Amino acid sequence: MTEVSRAATVSRASKKPKTGHMQRYHTKWGYIFISPWIIGFLAFTLIPVVATVVFSFTNYSPVTPELTEFVGVKNYVRMPSDAKVVESLWVTVRYALLAIPITLSFGIVLALLGNAKGLLGKNIFRTLFYMPMMIPIVAGAVIWKGVMNTQTGWINVALETVGIPGPDWVNSIFWITPAMVLIGMWGVGNLMLTLMAGMQGVPTELYEAAEIDGANAWRKFRNITLPMISPVLFYNFTLMLIGAFKFFDLAYVLKDGTGGPADQTLFYVLNFYKNAFEYNLMGYGSALAWVLFLIVLILTIFNFWGQSRWVYYAGEGRN
Amino acid sequence: MAVREPTHMTGKQRELLNKILVTGIASFILIAFIMPLGYMFTSGIKSTAQMNDPNASPFWPQSPKTIEYEGEQLEVYQVPTEDGVKELAAVTKTRTKTTFIDPENPEAGLIEWEGNWRKDLVPVYFADAKWDNFKTAWDELNFPLLFRNTLIIAVTGTIGAVGSSILVAYGFSRFDFRGKNVLFMIVIGTIILPMQATLIPTYIVFSRIGWVNTFLPLIVPHFFANAYNVFLLRQYFMQIPRDLDQAAMIDGAGPFRILVSVILPQALPAITAVSLFHFFFAWNDFFGPLIYLVSAPELWPLSVGLQRFNATYGRMPNLIQTSALITLVLPVIIFFLAQRVFMQGIVFSGVEK
Repeated sequence: MTEVSRAATVSRASKKPKTGHMQRYHTKWGYIFISPWIIGFLAFTLIPVVATVVFSFTNYSPVTPELTEFVGVKNYVRMPSDAKVVESLWVTVRYALLAIPITLSFGIVLALLGNAKGLLGKNIFRTLFYMPMMIPIVAGAVIWKGVMNTQTGWINVALETVGIPGPDWVNSIFWITPAMVLIGMWGVGNLMLTLMAGMQGVPTELYEAAEIDGANAWRKFRNITLPMISPVLFYNFTLMLIGAFKFFDLAYVLKDGTGGPADQTLFYVLNFYKNAFEYNLMGYGSALAWVLFLIVLILTIFNFWGQSRWVYYAGEGRN
Repeated sequence: MAVREPTHMTGKQRELLNKILVTGIASFILIAFIMPLGYMFTSGIKSTAQMNDPNASPFWPQSPKTIEYEGEQLEVYQVPTEDGVKELAAVTKTRTKTTFIDPENPEAGLIEWEGNWRKDLVPVYFADAKWDNFKTAWDELNFPLLFRNTLIIAVTGTIGAVGSSILVAYGFSRFDFRGKNVLFMIVIGTIILPMQATLIPTYIVFSRIGWVNTFLPLIVPHFFANAYNVFLLRQYFMQIPRDLDQAAMIDGAGPFRILVSVILPQALPAITAVSLFHFFFAWNDFFGPLIYLVSAPELWPLSVGLQRFNATYGRMPNLIQTSALITLVLPVIIFFLAQRVFMQGIVFSGVEK
């Protein structure tokens, strides 16, 4: 015990006073070890990001590179009047607005169940609800497309037995968005685990005190659990919002990259992909990518700002 | 759970009721949640005829029962007779009258039945799983090639990503140098950068140097460390006491020696975690291979191969499900074997790849 603490003191002490020799040793080896990241950062991040900005002011196309010229802010001015861009933003935001509250609620229900005292087989429950996250997204999309088939899919078979005519999920302009929300709920595992951890972190004295005051389960959930897990909820909220702006794989696989029906799966990144890699409009695509970066950056800043603003943290009181 | 129990119940009874209720609700949701896997499995062992047969069970593979009679295959129906419903084989069928033979007792001769067989009779089905689908899908999609390509991308990428991230995390956790904090902030900052923001120039360069339609764009960039791995490994390395480093240093060990013989053996759980995360990322990645390999079918990994099969072979919904099953079986097995790594690692780091 004493030896350990003495050793700790020694090591802490020996870290501080640095002779010129030690400093040179640290600088030399520190930079040697992080050099792979520095090289990678320059080659695959910094220079490409700057190049994206430069490209976004050109009409570059890999088909006709010799015709490349600077077009000023034309690519950016074009966006608000490009019906596809406007549509893709709406598709993305609408999906997020529908998916986030439903998925968060589902995650809360699962976390409450997973933490409930009476649940038998807790580990099996958690593992199986987490497992679909590990299924390759292409396989998941293909499976769900089958499940949602109008003739042979089990969802419509089940609806039929209770007398409800099932919709044509993936071909209906109306139902395609709810269908994607439903499929997206297969990825609830991470949310469930973080919420469960958050709920376990709530001090039990709070519940005991509320019980003495005669609070029922709903009031305890509403006035204790919910405020206490609000940091986790908020964190996941912004993460999902950012996720919607990076949404691609599922929309692509479900509708074979067409963006249909009637552009209802034309998410922002799918529209970017089509412009840059199908229509070869890489200048315009660069501008779209740069705007995506700005959106994600703003949402991330909003995330940090929101956390300090209204989210409850234990020991800080409520603002 | 919000149940107001009648007051006459004892504590034990209340506990039991609570257990039944909570476990029941959870099981119900769980069954609905993993139902698509059941669909995948049973559709994957059906023939297309079985899938499209409206009379067959939508749940498990069924075929109409037939018997051979005088060299012909006769369909078997459930026919209401005076002695109750019997399974009879139809010999001749017309709109108003059908003649049957009793497969149990063919010597009894033809039995006549009045009515519309198409409307009033239910064919007899029997369970008939098409296990051949696995072989057919295996050959049809050329799974050996898809697995080979996926493994090359995933294994080499994982080696590069983990190896380089270990070096960088070691640099950030064990050495004090000027600008370290700023550089580490930049490392973390790159997490939020969408890959689309760097994609077009990177693609153009890769295209110019002839890397498009090769595995290189999907492998080489991972050899330069990535923020998730560096962050996770650095956090772990920081928890390892420095005393052992110093002891080794006094014994004359250099920085590489210390990394290999002191840090790595103690950081195995974290290294396992990042290896698995990267392996899964590479195994499941769709966007990258779609961009870089789309016109080289011989290099497609599982994700692109399955998507292309799904897009072009819509008339084989059964084989699509068989293929989905083959694609997901390995990641799911690895998940079950190493579930603790995934489920704890993610809570621990708070980030998801």
